[in-house]
Amino acid sequence: MDARKLVKMANDIARFFEAEPDRAAAVAGVAGHLQRFWEPRMRKALLAHVEATGGADLRPLTLDAVQALRG
Amino acid sequence: MYSVKEPDHGTPARQGEATVTVTIDGHAVTVPPGTSVMRAASLAGVQVPKLCATDTLEAFGSCRLCLVEIEGRRGYPASCTTTVAPGMKVRTQTPKLAQLRRGVMELYISDHPLDCLTCTANGNCELQEQAGVVGLREVRYQGGATHTDAAKDTSNPYFVFDPAKCIVCSRCVRACEDLQGTFALTVLGRGFDSVISPGKTAFLSSECVSCGACVQACPTATLTEKSLVAHGQPDHVVKTTCAYCGVGCSFRAELKGDQVVRMVPDKDGGANHGHSCVKGRFAWGYATHADRITTPMIRRSIHDPWQVVTWDEAIAHAAAEIRRIQATYGRDAVGGITSSRCTNEETYLVQKLVRAAFGTNNVDTCARVCHSPTGYGLKQTLGESAGTQDFDSVDDADCVVVIGANPTDAHPVFASHLKQRLRQGAKLIVIDPRVIDLVRGPHVEAAYHLQLRPGTNVAVINALAHVIVTEGLAKEDFVRARCEGPAYETWKAFISDPRHAPEAMEAHTGVPAAAIRGAARLYASVPNGAIYYGLGVTEHSQGSTMVMGIANLAMVTGNLGRRGVGVNPLRGQNNVQGSCDMGSFPHELPGYRHVSDPAVRALFDAAWGVTVQPEPGLRIPNMFDAAVDGSFKALYVQGEDVAQSDPDTQHVARALESLECLIVQDLFLNETAKYAHVFLPGASFLEKDGTFTNAERRINRVRKVMEPKAGKADWEATCALAAALGYPMHYDHPSQIMDEIARLTPTFTGVSYAKLDRLGSLQWPCNDAAPDGTPTMHVDRFVRGQGRFMLTEYVPTDERTTRKFPLLLTTGRILTQYNVGAQTRRTDNVAWHAEDRLEIHPADAELRGIADGATVELESRVGKTVLRAHVTERIQPGVVYTTFHHPGSGANVVTTDNSDWATNCPEYKVTAVQVRPATQPSEWQARFHAQAAEQLGLLPRGREEA
Repeated sequence: MDARKLVKMANDIARFFEAEPDRAAAVAGVAGHLQRFWEPRMRKALLAHVEATGGADLRPLTLDAVQALRG
Repeated sequence: MYSVKEPDHGTPARQGEATVTVTIDGHAVTVPPGTSVMRAASLAGVQVPKLCATDTLEAFGSCRLCLVEIEGRRGYPASCTTTVAPGMKVRTQTPKLAQLRRGVMELYISDHPLDCLTCTANGNCELQEQAGVVGLREVRYQGGATHTDAAKDTSNPYFVFDPAKCIVCSRCVRACEDLQGTFALTVLGRGFDSVISPGKTAFLSSECVSCGACVQACPTATLTEKSLVAHGQPDHVVKTTCAYCGVGCSFRAELKGDQVVRMVPDKDGGANHGHSCVKGRFAWGYATHADRITTPMIRRSIHDPWQVVTWDEAIAHAAAEIRRIQATYGRDAVGGITSSRCTNEETYLVQKLVRAAFGTNNVDTCARVCHSPTGYGLKQTLGESAGTQDFDSVDDADCVVVIGANPTDAHPVFASHLKQRLRQGAKLIVIDPRVIDLVRGPHVEAAYHLQLRPGTNVAVINALAHVIVTEGLAKEDFVRARCEGPAYETWKAFISDPRHAPEAMEAHTGVPAAAIRGAARLYASVPNGAIYYGLGVTEHSQGSTMVMGIANLAMVTGNLGRRGVGVNPLRGQNNVQGSCDMGSFPHELPGYRHVSDPAVRALFDAAWGVTVQPEPGLRIPNMFDAAVDGSFKALYVQGEDVAQSDPDTQHVARALESLECLIVQDLFLNETAKYAHVFLPGASFLEKDGTFTNAERRINRVRKVMEPKAGKADWEATCALAAALGYPMHYDHPSQIMDEIARLTPTFTGVSYAKLDRLGSLQWPCNDAAPDGTPTMHVDRFVRGQGRFMLTEYVPTDERTTRKFPLLLTTGRILTQYNVGAQTRRTDNVAWHAEDRLEIHPADAELRGIADGATVELESRVGKTVLRAHVTERIQPGVVYTTFHHPGSGANVVTTDNSDWATNCPEYKVTAVQVRPATQPSEWQARFHAQAAEQLGLLPRGREEA
């Protein structure tokens, strides 16, 4: 999967949840959305992008959510 | 006028308890107050002669044929305009009345051609019938002036206007005004010179929208369907449901054998109450069009000629390819797409095939690219992925907000209903970048038109909510009783922030702050405020956010849970609601239950005898990305044309070309089929049984009126494919599929064909508490318990204008065409819309040297196409607009892969573009035409015209 596109999609999700004043709830919101709506190969590709680049171009909230997914 | 006769009580029914008892010719009958004497008589079994009255129109009292005598009253009142009174005694047959009626009829017939034997209406003419009823035996008035030489108007593709046969009863004029709301017809002249006219021009060039209401209302052969002229009177009727938009109109298919003579809207239809539009009423000829492909075909490569094969060979080949690809690339390298044009039963079966026989959740539906944000947004806030009302609810609305929808074009029958309410005095707020017809029309004018810039919906909805909260207009009592308190308090603080004020948002939205404040006050202050919205809400990068913003607005004003209010998504295609209900989304099983829920999976595991996967599958855009990436290799597409309808056409084409097996099931060799390896011929809505679910959650029956042209209904083909994959499904009839749906889906509890036949239709949720359905949802509590306010920050789209791309393109639909046009382009509807055009404001056109009708190039960051310009002030400066009904126009060559953050619904409504004069087709169009020629050449001999 195209990592550039996945990064944009994940950041778009984060931009919605950034309105949430409770940071933990925002992280859980993004992570939960990725878990419930993204097909596993998409999540795997995003995780691989984080592994490879340290999370290049990801918004801080997105990166925190991905880290939460890695558990 | 109904060929195979239905009762016509002369005037419309009145609501309320039957409390008024009258006696008609000695028969007592009790009716609601306000009922006409004519209707009461009819209900008592007494037919009063009539010509200008019909029960779809309010009484007019012009023909003087329905005169009666009423005890204690002087004269001979018209029974159609006289209402009942307690104890009234009416006589409908007396020597004096007979004399009067014969006199009236004699005058009518003296100016009417006596060609009954060769007349189209012979055997079904109210004038002919009433002449017999009143006992007319002679016409003394001969040799005077008549209208019998008046010329016919045959300009409309679907009906003839023969003024020689007109009795000027005004039923057509009243139907156009009262039912349709177009006011295209009028009575010109006075006295003997009175004639019906579509505005002193031919019908085709008039304001007429060809809804057919006038034709249906005509009591003679003055307005007659050309199909009736061609085929003669039908001999039987089958009730079914229109296969076009999400209104879901009920129709009477009037037939001779299996020949459709005409489609007539059903007065008993819960969604349409006897009204129709040009598509459902007339544009059904595609079903028997010569372009239909009725034999299965296969080929190894998309550049090979198609081979005609038997169903068994095609199915066996498709199944072998699916299994080969799964063996090579893995179980999840395959998937399927269900169609909103197909029935509930068919979409249910396709998702079952994918989940149970393919063994993956890679199934999605075309709602992905239209209303998927509705499903997400309404579930998050209200708890159910559906609109809250029935269409009739609009009758109680005091203020209607139409957001990003163009009902007069895309949902015409609901638009007529809405306009009736607006003419009664309800206020209208339109939020749309374009001046849609509702903004200003005959006897309808919006109180506010918030003509926002494309992409700023959320800024506008937040500004409206900000005004309501900060000006103390919130219905705090409702919120406290019905919504989550902490979420509301958080939202209230969020929305009260000055950054959401109309004044702060004005620079983004382009909407004057005063207009936003006025609109907010109007919506919040009326007893009943209702919101209706369309794809102008959902097809944005913030589509889901906007849906949640709409729900917030309805909750904070207490506009939920009763008639006249609500959040009402106007669904694009006929079965968008149903295809979503049936578990077509990759993350949800039927009934919107997530695949990760073990209890839900266990239910389906047991019923289907398989193990349903617990992870969500790929959505349509993800399938395309995975195909380009090489991890997705086979796709079964039933009834959709993703190559035309989905955004960034060239990316879609690359994805389809990457597939090793594309199975397309369709009526025609559509754009997607040009990339297919297996073609399974589809069945039209006339060729199968099933159900569609419309925008108001109404489950309507689709009934077969002719055998499938290709020998199999679509559900049978899916079953055959499943069997070939080693997963036989045992159904003899679609009713058994519905029985299974009802067993497995709590909101469909008890739904069956027998029940639908008995009640006509059902609005889900159907359950033990509401076995006959639920017209209004969330009455005492929300489906999720308490309503949840969501934080809806405005995030501008990444699709920005620049010096290179200074204009914003937004796309939409037009009345006479439907979606990708595969159906309507194969009808005479092309008389109104033979090509897609680019609407551009005069200022933008002048700056670029573009005249109306000029050929222009439309270029975005992803592609360019060429089409003709239509210079109009309907669109605001800086914005251009086009439709996507014709594949060669390439509207989606230009649209991008930007999408809604939550659902990946494409952002069709915002694309930065440049427009410039052009002299030749684009490079894409040259390739498109070459490919079209190549693919048509690969069809079996004799099919090259498809």
